[in-house]
Amino acid sequence: MEPWVEWTVSIAILVGAVFVLVGSIGLARLQDFYMRLHGPTKATTLGAGGTILGSLIFFSAQRGALSLQEVLITLFLFITAPVSAHMLAKAAMHLKIGRRSGTRGEPWDQ
Amino acid sequence: MLGSRWLPYPGMSLLLWAVWLLLVNKITLDHVLLGALLAWLMPQVTRLFWPAVPRLRRFDRLLAFLGVVHWDILVANVTVARLILGPPSKLRPAFVEMPLDLDNDFAITVLANTISLTPGTVSADVSEDRKTLLVHVLDVDDAQALIRHIKYRYERPLREVFPC
Repeated sequence: MEPWVEWTVSIAILVGAVFVLVGSIGLARLQDFYMRLHGPTKATTLGAGGTILGSLIFFSAQRGALSLQEVLITLFLFITAPVSAHMLAKAAMHLKIGRRSGTRGEPWDQ
Repeated sequence: MLGSRWLPYPGMSLLLWAVWLLLVNKITLDHVLLGALLAWLMPQVTRLFWPAVPRLRRFDRLLAFLGVVHWDILVANVTVARLILGPPSKLRPAFVEMPLDLDNDFAITVLANTISLTPGTVSADVSEDRKTLLVHVLDVDDAQALIRHIKYRYERPLREVFPC
């Protein structure tokens, strides 16, 4: 494999890993349930995106033909991640889980 | 027009075909044929579960919309990473109620998913009359400006893509 391909793959995977890490830090560090929801939904976008891009380039170079299977992972993530975040938020509002003081606006309970 | 009885959901069939070919990850004649057969058969078998799949009005606008969303995800991820690593006490979280101008369930779903995927905002609930969307924002200064931004950047193109 060409060195520049290896470099590109490494950079893509590292960038992805950094964003997944930041997402996890957010999950631990943010102050209430609703704010924590933002961490994982972010990690699944750019974090997974970087890792998938790295995988796509690596396997395309290895096989000598374009490998687009990874696109499916993106598709399924983009369909499932927002739905699960939505359901978590809805459940949290139903259970009246507390907000951080200073949060503007009101959650619903319907 | 393609016959509705023979091929009820051409868009879904096309998507299933593409997904099949991506799953096997190679394009050979047997998989092209098998994928086409499954793509034709599966919507037929499951048609009772799909009461109202909206027809796309403007495919070019859909592509432009997807481009905008991907770019925004890229930019906003960096912003949110900075927010997370900064001092948490400085964040100004808020629940924002956004009036909806879409009246199609599928279009509302696409809008809500887009809001959740673009960092900094998570859609939390839709009102029963489908007129308001509740959005939780991680850090916002002017909620009205945010609503205007979402409406202009995401809702307006969706109104053109789907018949409303």
